[in-house]
Amino acid sequence: MFPRLVYESVRRQTRRKLLAGVAITLGVAVATAMIAVATNIGDKINHELRSYGANLLVTPQEDTLDVEIGGINLKPPSDGAFLNEADLPKIRGTFWHHNIVGFSPMLPVTVRVGSGSDARDVTLLGTYFSKPVHFGTDDFTTGVRITHPWWKVQCRDGSLTRPRRVGDSPLACGWPNDDSQDVLVGERLAAKVGKKPGDSIEVFGRSLTISGILSTGAAEDDQIVAPLALAQEILGKPSAVRRIYVSALTKPEDAFARRDPKTMTPDMFERWNCSPYAQSIAYQLQGAIPHSHAEQIRQVAQNEGTVLSKIKGLMLLVTLAALFASALAVSAAMATTIFERRVEVGLMRALGAGSLAVAALFFAEGLVLALLGGVAGFVTGSLLAHQIGRSIFSSQISIEPVLFPIILAIAVFVTFAGSAAAIRRAVKFDPVFALRGEA
Amino acid sequence: MSAPPTLHAPQQVAGRRASSPHISMFLRMLIRAAVLRRGRAAAALFAMVVAAAVATVMMNLYVDVQAKLRTEFRNYGANVVVVARESQSLPPDSLVKIASSLDAKTLAVPFSYAVARTQDGQSVVVVGTDFARARQLNRWWNVSHWPNAPQAVAASAQTPIDALIGMRAAAVVTPDRKPFDLTFQGHTIHVTPAGLLQTGAGEDSRIYLDQSEFQNWTGVAPSTIEIAVNGSTDEINQAIEHLSQVLPSTDIRPVRQIMEGEANVLNKTRATLYAASALIVLTAALCVLATLIGWVFDRRRDFAIMKALGASEGLVNGFFAAEAAALGTIGAVLGFAIGIGIAAWIGRANFHAPVVPRFSVFPYVLAGSILVALVSAVLPIGLLRRVQPALILRGE
Repeated sequence: MFPRLVYESVRRQTRRKLLAGVAITLGVAVATAMIAVATNIGDKINHELRSYGANLLVTPQEDTLDVEIGGINLKPPSDGAFLNEADLPKIRGTFWHHNIVGFSPMLPVTVRVGSGSDARDVTLLGTYFSKPVHFGTDDFTTGVRITHPWWKVQCRDGSLTRPRRVGDSPLACGWPNDDSQDVLVGERLAAKVGKKPGDSIEVFGRSLTISGILSTGAAEDDQIVAPLALAQEILGKPSAVRRIYVSALTKPEDAFARRDPKTMTPDMFERWNCSPYAQSIAYQLQGAIPHSHAEQIRQVAQNEGTVLSKIKGLMLLVTLAALFASALAVSAAMATTIFERRVEVGLMRALGAGSLAVAALFFAEGLVLALLGGVAGFVTGSLLAHQIGRSIFSSQISIEPVLFPIILAIAVFVTFAGSAAAIRRAVKFDPVFALRGEA
Repeated sequence: MSAPPTLHAPQQVAGRRASSPHISMFLRMLIRAAVLRRGRAAAALFAMVVAAAVATVMMNLYVDVQAKLRTEFRNYGANVVVVARESQSLPPDSLVKIASSLDAKTLAVPFSYAVARTQDGQSVVVVGTDFARARQLNRWWNVSHWPNAPQAVAASAQTPIDALIGMRAAAVVTPDRKPFDLTFQGHTIHVTPAGLLQTGAGEDSRIYLDQSEFQNWTGVAPSTIEIAVNGSTDEINQAIEHLSQVLPSTDIRPVRQIMEGEANVLNKTRATLYAASALIVLTAALCVLATLIGWVFDRRRDFAIMKALGASEGLVNGFFAAEAAALGTIGAVLGFAIGIGIAAWIGRANFHAPVVPRFSVFPYVLAGSILVALVSAVLPIGLLRRVQPALILRGE
């Protein structure tokens, strides 16, 4: 009898159930979407924070002091130690290679530009623009177009191109090819020597084609940026690299991260090494590249943690607000549905049903509604999260399968909690008044 | 609608009715409807208040969070740099001019550079700056101990000067952390390593001195001023424009790395928050809709009696609409007050700074509340209109 009552009640009074069903579906959808977004926001913002550029710097271990003011190197260029370009692909061989978004080697060379009274000393910076690198079976592309996303290049037709995502064409207008003899000239230097894209510039007795004018808002605006091979040729040191900028996804620093790995027990060291702290990634880079010293660039690495934790905290609070609002919507809808059925309750009670039986009927109905609405809401919420991920972060927002039972349980709990007060009132109501319509 | 007869002197009642018969009856019905069905009216009002509060919180956060996050982003340091034209110093009054032309809270830190030699002939870059301001601007600097600003400029060359030494410079210049000498164009000073500086970038190879002592020693005036301008990209560009009018002989450039990184992260966060706010406000509105529809539907007998007693369609609609509007208004006011409180709490909990109440949000909350209330009143009335009052009164 009881299952039949529940079944008939659900089947026949669809219009009344619709409101509660829609409320549960919408509430669950919002909750699912918000939880998915909140659990993913850390990763997504971490990726976005990479637009601040490299957070790790690898230098030769035995390096001499940089004597550099305003991007102009005052030290003889062949002075000091170098890293070997052949070691670079090993960066992708470290444990955290999936966290390494990209790296750019740098080799500054001081060159003389122009002739006669117009001649001036300028830094020529050799680097990768968008270079394919192989390590084992792993092929990837790296260079300043990934690690320095704020660099902008004005190409021959006057349009501005900027590096964006890894998938961009390596031959976007203005950017030199890594195998070519083309260079970028910083915008301030270009203004001083009167060059524009397409011109050629005399450097060290060679005539180099200017493929674009570079604007960075930093020291490079006064420099020439060239493919690494060209800089090595001019310096006469094949495969030399002065420093490497590495852009990696890191975990915000905590007290454990700051500990010195030399003083740790093996267990602690294992745990430290297996957390993507800037320090532990630096430690592994140092191991991968011989005679190197790797360190976090504190301006970028330290602030990432602060910004990330604020945004995560904010989204957590917003998610709580969303959960609260959807719980309330579901409760309100359930209360309304039950309240409307006072007459029915009166009839049942007049026919001899105990309050327990009546409550059980409503809870069973609530369960069916919560499960149906929960499933529909979960699907809608997943689609919603997917849409948010695509339109805001242009990447996937993953939804953990474990979320599904949790969401269903929450839906059932909220539905029950929302109906409880209304059911109690409906059961307590005198059947006589209910049947006479004097509610 | 069985209000007990109120005891009033007949002429008093008559007088009142004569003056404004419709309004007073209308008001009485509204108030009675709320008082007699306290429970349900309270439930509807509660839903309204919660929805308005949630909407207020989200709108407040959305408006305020950008400003809050921008202050966090200022930890990345300067976003505008004033540089002297080639091989010149900045005009001596630059700092004063910058301070007077920008917001008082804007940090501007001077830097001057020189290459000095140590006793064993090693070249090293020495920088003069204002330690107190540099400390505020570059919060990521890992400093073992900040040197104190000197009380008075050292009288003789023999007085040791406190300096902040970069990690890599320290390893070369003073591996044992003992005082050492620096020479610039024949002038020698005695330097005490007061603290060590670690940044992971170029600063590590430099030695930092107080600006006045630096200038006293080298005679070199600041050539760079780093400024942390607070605001959106447009506001920063305006500040740059303004500064280039005040300081025409200098180069003023935005630090694109910082500006663009900030704009990017901020835009994504704002978009996410916007989507979340929209979803939450929608859910809250639905909650109100569900409750109010139930409430109005529940009162179909009032509706039927009013019609049976000869009330026009317009009057009945007007009555329910006025009721909904009153509910929306009260809910919006209460909800706004509560919402402001919650927003302030979130600001304190997450950003350690109170969120400033945005009263500009109130009209939107009010309009939204009334609109939702009206919609939820009109929907069931539309359904009821088709039904004969007699059927409702018979309880069918």
